[in-house]
Amino acid sequence: MNETTLTWLHHLDATLGGLFLLTAIGVVATRQMLALVRLFVGQALLLAASAALLAVALDSPHLGAVALITLLAKALLVPRLLARSVPRVLYGRREIVQVLNIPSALLIAIALVVFAYFFARSLYGPGAGSFVRINLPVGVAGVLLGAYTVTVRREALAQLMGLLTMENGVFFAAAAIASDLPFIAEIAAAFDLPIVALVIGLLTRRIHERVGNTSVGLLTALRER
Amino acid sequence: MALALLLLIPLLAAVLTALPMERRAAPWPTLVGCAVVLGLAIRVAWLASRGVELSGLGGAFAVDALSALLVALIALVGATAALFSWGYLAAGGAHRVLASASRTRLYYVLFNLFLASLLAVPLLSNLALVWVAVALTTLLSAFLVAHEDTPEALEAAWKYVILTTVGAVLALLGIVLLYWSLRQTGGTDFTWPGLARAAGRMPHAPLWAGFLLILIGFGTKAGLAPMHTWLPDAHGQAPAPICALLSGVETSTALYVILRLAPILDGAGLPRARTWMLGFGIGSVAVAALLLIRVRDYKRMFAYSTVEHMGIILAAAGFAGGGFGVAFQIAAHALAKSLCFYAAGAVLLTTGTQQIADLRGLLRSAPAVALGLLTATLAVAGAPPFAVFMSELAVFKQGLAGARYGAVALLALFVVIAFCAMLRHVQRIVFGADPATDETPPMPRIPRACLTTLVVAALPVLVLGLYLPPFLRDLLSAAGRAISG
Repeated sequence: MNETTLTWLHHLDATLGGLFLLTAIGVVATRQMLALVRLFVGQALLLAASAALLAVALDSPHLGAVALITLLAKALLVPRLLARSVPRVLYGRREIVQVLNIPSALLIAIALVVFAYFFARSLYGPGAGSFVRINLPVGVAGVLLGAYTVTVRREALAQLMGLLTMENGVFFAAAAIASDLPFIAEIAAAFDLPIVALVIGLLTRRIHERVGNTSVGLLTALRER
Repeated sequence: MALALLLLIPLLAAVLTALPMERRAAPWPTLVGCAVVLGLAIRVAWLASRGVELSGLGGAFAVDALSALLVALIALVGATAALFSWGYLAAGGAHRVLASASRTRLYYVLFNLFLASLLAVPLLSNLALVWVAVALTTLLSAFLVAHEDTPEALEAAWKYVILTTVGAVLALLGIVLLYWSLRQTGGTDFTWPGLARAAGRMPHAPLWAGFLLILIGFGTKAGLAPMHTWLPDAHGQAPAPICALLSGVETSTALYVILRLAPILDGAGLPRARTWMLGFGIGSVAVAALLLIRVRDYKRMFAYSTVEHMGIILAAAGFAGGGFGVAFQIAAHALAKSLCFYAAGAVLLTTGTQQIADLRGLLRSAPAVALGLLTATLAVAGAPPFAVFMSELAVFKQGLAGARYGAVALLALFVVIAFCAMLRHVQRIVFGADPATDETPPMPRIPRACLTTLVVAALPVLVLGLYLPPFLRDLLSAAGRAISG
């Protein structure tokens, strides 16, 4: 592959990374549940696209297969499992009460992205490949933004989306830095996410039926008094 | 083959239980499966104590002494938990409401799948697959924690799944960084021995970041302070036999991954990893000891005691050459803590309450159960002559031998505080003056399977405190060497 094509692929991957970051920040701030699920599907598509691009750039059929599994497990299977397990009414829900208002939540999100950049920068040496320099910081930022979403959101589905964003972040970084993990491990890890979605979806349904409220952040019956 | 069977038998039991059958028949595949798994696991542990390291399925499974110890403990607690479940579910659980046949079957199906995922953690050799197994332990046990189906149980299950999965994803990033550091040395063997061989050449920055992420991520699952907040909820609300598995062995399987990293970081020239482990360990023991003073629910009390024990294990791994104490403490914890939750389950079945304040003078109203609770508490708090006393002694000795006087003093102080706190609560439950002795209705009898479990689970805790058979001593020493390097 010649130099110009590689440079173009590099720019394209940077664009995908930027869009991925946008979806992760969107998960922090989106109040409407259905929009959150759509945002997640977009995020999974971007993840698959980046893996496919790296497959071409690094000439790795292995990564091509990873891209395909990602598409299958995350972009197709997860929304289906959620649609079957989570009660319909929850999708229309808007989360009114949040721990922080949206402008301050976004400010903290941006601070996390900056931190992720510096953290990732400290991990690789001067000889690191150009794709590592894009995927690692973006992936770490995805993990941090997801974790942040889990801590500040109170609605069950929103917390789940934070969790899924974290996992997508790890895979975004892994596409560049662990591109040749044994295939069986890759498959097993990719299918962890649909299982997470299914278990949490079913748990959300049960909480909806038994407690009548899915603002799980407000459940405090078990606090130590 | 024997190693693959350890996973196949619980999976087969799960499939058999999923077939439509009466409620009364539902426990049998699990009981038989657990008995066979226990037999196989003891054989694996016996071989490991003689220095035979089994592997199987083209190297996908590999068992050294530390893995064998974990496998044997999981199988043992699995077997006693299956026996206790039989009586516990037949009596209707905490609320004395008989679950429907399908819910009972679901319980046993998940029980077996959970058991298989627990066994997979020490059996698997590839680290990425070990991660998958640890992540599955949470997901497969979520509905076991929620089995009682009360709002409290569901809240506990939610916190359990969300927090430990957040931890697992952080650990996954750590695992990926670990693999990246391995690849930079040219190595591809992503197993514990493979990492140990490459350790000296690994770049420090990603290795250290990977270690910290795994310490925090799996530390959350092991219940280390300050990430322990979900643990008393889940271990307080789950059915008693599930608590025995969660507290007795699930926490240890998460800790196992962290312990395995210690010699690798030594080899890479990062001995500060041990210092971090010591610090986290002592912090957890301290937090647990202080929380134990104020606890009001006896199941939560045993849950905090798990936080304390995880802290002791991690701190012991921080001492140079502390491997034997670590392995002994893991074993003693699994045996004593499962006994505690069986005793707690028996008290709950007899009295219907988890509140310490509601229970007084249990020795008069239900003597067998009260004796069980008292024995279990003495055992887990570390009173002589029980196994936990001996293992804690081994840990302290190791710390003193390494001249870590301050750390040992702090550990001893908090262990004594925890001991006094637990004994004070249980002393009130067992001996306290009962204000309404005349009018209390006769207590329901507890099922024979539960009583049998209490006796069976109490025996090893007592025996191992008095006498450590040579084969077990060899196994613990060899397991210890895998931790101290």
